Parts: sequence; C-alpha cells; structure tokens
Amino acid sequence: MANKIIYEKSRGLTDTPLTYCPGCSHGTIHKLVAESLVELDVLERTVAIAPVGCSVLAYNFFNCDGIQAAHGRAPAVATGVKRVQPDKIVFAYQGDGDLASIGTAEIIHAAHRSENFTVIFVNNAIYGMTGGQMAPTTLIDQKTTTSPYGRFEETTGKPLLVSEMMAQIPGATYIERVSVHDHAHILKAKRAVKKAFGYQVAGKGFTMIEVLAACPIGWGVTPVNSMKFVKDEMMPYYPLGVYCDRGGEA
Amino acid sequence: MSQKVLMKGNEAIAEAAIQAGCKAFFGYPITPQNEIPEYMSLHMEKRGGVFVQAESEVSAINMCYGAAATGARVMTSSSSPGMALKQEGISYMSGADLPVLMVNVSRCGPGLGGILPAQGDYFMATRGGGNGDYRTPVYAPAYIQEATDLVFEAFDVAEKYRTPVMILLDGMLGQMMEPVEIKPRPPVQVDKSWVTIGDTANRKPNVVNSLSLLGDVLEQQNFERFKKYEQLERVGVMVENTVKDGDEIAIVAYGVPARIAQNAIEELVGEGIKAGLVRPITLWPFPYDTLANLPASVKHVVVAELSMGQLIEDVRLGVNGKFPVHLVNRCGGMVFEPAEIAEAVRKIIKGGV
Amino acid sequence: MAVLTFNDVTCKGCDLCVDACPKKILTLDTSRVNAKGYNPVLCTDINACTACAICARVCPDSVIKVEKGEAA
Repeated sequence: MANKIIYEKSRGLTDTPLTYCPGCSHGTIHKLVAESLVELDVLERTVAIAPVGCSVLAYNFFNCDGIQAAHGRAPAVATGVKRVQPDKIVFAYQGDGDLASIGTAEIIHAAHRSENFTVIFVNNAIYGMTGGQMAPTTLIDQKTTTSPYGRFEETTGKPLLVSEMMAQIPGATYIERVSVHDHAHILKAKRAVKKAFGYQVAGKGFTMIEVLAACPIGWGVTPVNSMKFVKDEMMPYYPLGVYCDRGGEA
Repeated sequence: MSQKVLMKGNEAIAEAAIQAGCKAFFGYPITPQNEIPEYMSLHMEKRGGVFVQAESEVSAINMCYGAAATGARVMTSSSSPGMALKQEGISYMSGADLPVLMVNVSRCGPGLGGILPAQGDYFMATRGGGNGDYRTPVYAPAYIQEATDLVFEAFDVAEKYRTPVMILLDGMLGQMMEPVEIKPRPPVQVDKSWVTIGDTANRKPNVVNSLSLLGDVLEQQNFERFKKYEQLERVGVMVENTVKDGDEIAIVAYGVPARIAQNAIEELVGEGIKAGLVRPITLWPFPYDTLANLPASVKHVVVAELSMGQLIEDVRLGVNGKFPVHLVNRCGGMVFEPAEIAEAVRKIIKGGV
Repeated sequence: MAVLTFNDVTCKGCDLCVDACPKKILTLDTSRVNAKGYNPVLCTDINACTACAICARVCPDSVIKVEKGEAA
C-alpha cells in the first residue's frame, strides 16, 4: 500500500528554487499562503502582487498569475485587478520597507476603501534586498547599515506599529499579527492567513496579516538565533494577536 | 445613434472613452481636468465600468497598471503636476508592456504653477519623465471633435502596441464647448493570452513584470520593444499640413495654438504673404518627414508654442538645418493673439528677429 | 515507519529543522556539499522518527517530504 503523505511541498508553489537566504522567513510565509490558497480551492483564480524587495520575485514562486508592482504600490495594483475582476482572489505580498515606508498611502487607503483583497505584510525590521538598511519597523538600538550606532528614538522615532495603526481604519475587516519563529507559531500563522483569504472569498473586505519574520543575513546572526531574536526582541514590542475582526467570525 | 451635440471638451473626452469600451477609470482631482473624473463617477458604474477616486496620482496610475494587467481597457486623467507624479507608473507600464490611455489637460508650470493653458509639458509628454528607455505615443487635438476621435485611435494604438498613450491638451480645449459628434468604432482585436486575470485552471501562470536582472535579456527586451516604436514611427504619424509649393512661411503649432496660428496665417495671406500651417497631431511619433520635405519655396519656419522653446527642438530635428527656424511664444498661462504671431512673422521676413 | 525525503538541491543548510526536531535525529551532512554550496540535511535515525512533520513545516524551502508507511 502507498505511504500516507504527512507533509509535502504545496502545489501552490512552483518548482523554482527560492532565491531567499538560508533561514529567511519568506519561504515559510510563502508556504502558508500557497497552502491556504490550495485548501480554499482558489489557487487557479488567484492573482499575486509582488512588491519591490527580497520578495520581488515572488511571482516566480507562487503557482498562479503574478504581477510585479512598483515599490509600495502593490495595494494600488491589487485594487486595479480586484475592481475589474471582483470574483478573482487577489493578494499583495509586501515587506516592511515596501508597506510601512514608501507605501503607507497605498496601504492605508486600500483599507480605507475596504478593498476586498488580502495583504501579507512581512515585518522583519529591516530592508533586506538593499543590504540591511533601517526600516520604520527596526527596533530601538538595532544596528543596521543606516543606523550603524543603533536606531535612536530621538532622531528616527519609535518602530511603527502597523497592525495597531491599520486596525483603527473603519474599512479594515481583519488585522492580525502572527509570527513564524517556531512550529507552534507557524501553525497559528497558517490559521490567520487562511482565515484572511476565507474572508476575501466571502467578500468581507480588507484583510491584512502582519507576520513577524527573521532576516538572519540582514541581522548578522545564524538562522536559529534569528528565530530567538524574533521571540525575545520583536515579540515584546510587536505583540501578537487579532487587532480587529469585523468579519463576524470571531 | 450619433448626433452632433454641444459638449465641454473634458466631458466629451470622457463620454468618448466610455463609448470606446473603457472599463475602468482611476483618477485624482486636479484642475483643469476635474470634469473627466466627475463624468466618469456619474456614468461608469451604471454602464458596466469601474470608477475609483484614488488617494493620489501615483496610486491612480498603479491601479491602471493592475487593471490593465487583466486586459481591461483602462484610463486615467490628470493635469501637469499630477502627470509628473504618474511618471513612475508610466515607466513601469512601458516596461511591462501594458496599455493605458492617459489624458493630460495641462496647465502652466513649473511646480504648482497655475491653472491657465500652456504647453510646457511637451518635453514630459514626448521625452518622458520616467526612467529607462521607452517612448509614449502622444496625441494633441486642436478641436473637441478631434479629441473624441483620437480617444478611439489612442485606445486602439495602446492595445495594439501594448503601450501607455497620452492625449495632451490644455485647459482651453478641456473647458470650452464645441459641437461634437462621437463616432464609435469597434475596438481593435488583439491577442490577450498574456493577461494576469487569475485563470490558471487550463494554462500556465502568466506574469506581468518589468524586472529583468540579466543584462543581455533586458537589452533584448528593449530591442524588441523598440521595434514596435519603429513601427509606430512608420505608420502612426498624424499631421495636418497646409504648406503649398510657393509658400514662404511655414508656421508649426499644435493644439489650440495651431488654431490661433491659422488665424494669423489668414491675416498674412490677406496681405499677400504666402504662408501655411504644419500641425503635428501626434507629438510622438513626430512628423519629422513633413518638416524635412517642406517645399523649397519656404524661407522661414516659425514655431508658435505656449512654452519656452520645447516644440522647436523637434522642429529643428525635422528641418535639419534646411531652413531658419524661429520661435514665437508665450507662457505662464498667457496666450498669443493671432495678430502677435502675424506681427512676429512680418518682423522675421524683414530680418528683424 | 516514517519516510523522510529530502530535496538536496534546494536545501540551504539553515539548521532550522535540525533545531526544531523533537527527536534530535537531523543533522547537516558535512560530508556533502550541494550545488549551491550548502551541507544538506540528513536523518541519522529514521527508526526514531515519528513523522510529526515539524521539520517540514519549519523548513522555509519545502525541502522535506514526510510520509508514514501503512504497515506501521
């Protein structure tokens, strides 16, 4: 008899090897998105919007139609797709430089209009692709290539709490912050991602999942230690949880 | 049913776009083009289309990017500073080979400038403010009738050549009213197998993208893209040329200033000065050949523009030293009278300029 | 009986599965280097594997396929 498959690579992902660094959380988050799309049986009618940043090549990895957007503009591009194709499933996949810095206007107004698409917001507290510069989400005292002495609150402010901010927008249907630093949290993150896409399928409006993610190379630590950094340094400042749920499904 | 009705330029353009099959409009308020988004907000949804007032011009053009990627006929409109903001999206859409109709009801600048008519966006429209190697077909109507006719042409060219196209006018044409008969025609039939519409049950995923990290690949993509630009340069040039053999003056002007120049020409002809008009209707591709082949009788080429010498650069490229080229211009929202142009021509003939 | 299949080509030797394995039966194989230059992961005691798939779920690169034999 055939063996029972407990876990295998999702068919929501292509065979293209990921271009991410060893231990980078993008791959894990891609899996959660791909698995959710397959389990909800919507992969074939999904359009992925890739950002500028490390995940700029995401359109090569998701096994569905893909559009590469300008830096920060993924929510505007997603709006364009979803408005003319309201029955299709659309998601914008964005990093913290893309969403929390250059793309603040676009993300806020996509939520404000309660556009019926899903945003996967990958918060790893750094600009990875460009070589580890300071992001709006970089922690206080965290060293980056543009905060070489550590991030100072006096001149650069406190790290931007995106989920807390987005939850204040009346049009935001579902905002949750999750982490993927260990197995238990990966399972929880999967439930949140799938719930967000489920809301979109049901036409409930704007959903965003913020995922605390590790950038071992950008942070200059081993992959295993980068997961400890997420748990010990990021999670105390970025509390996990549901920040708003106006979808009627507690 | 088509009939001649009195319409404001901006509204006529919006109505023509809907009749041309525009399925989505994304815009942002800016004077003097507001009647276009206003008209679209009134009509699009009840006629099966989409209207979104974006949070900025940047977002509006990026919404166009997304909607165009699904194969829909999409449009945006703005005015000069807003068009400047759209340059990022124009470059991206050019790089991703996406069609869009952009209407620039331009104003005077630089900066916030003013809302009066001017032609200072000529360089931005024809040379582009976005990064990289690309071209943008630009249509410059002088009449509201022509503007509505060009809407159909511009949409077709955008889809056939998979490129952003622009209709460039100013507040004069946008705000004035003229009798117009909108003449619908069926949209050009083009291959749309490339669209990212979320339909992968029976095909491989499509990608819309301008990223190309390998130099040799990107170079080849640019070579291919320029083949379609070369094709447009061969077949897409539109120009009105009334310069006849025996004329000594050729006045070059586009848009409403060409109508003022035409009045000046009538004044000059009445005085026995033989003159004709070259009116580029496409600013890119530019009618260089028309200027290169002006009759040998021409002694002076006079460029009448509402900018500080932008159109004149293309005229010089066309004339290529065969004739002396002179500039008659106003800017900042000031518009020349026919008499001003006629007087400038008289001075040029006398050798005063 | 668990069956683990590793995609040696896409493994980046990040160690996350090694760290996460509750039975501590995964290790990076320092005797081999894949085309990307990484030591791919290896199971040292398949008999101890419970097919919990934690390793596969924490792997960012979908390297690991986990199966359970029907006979078990």
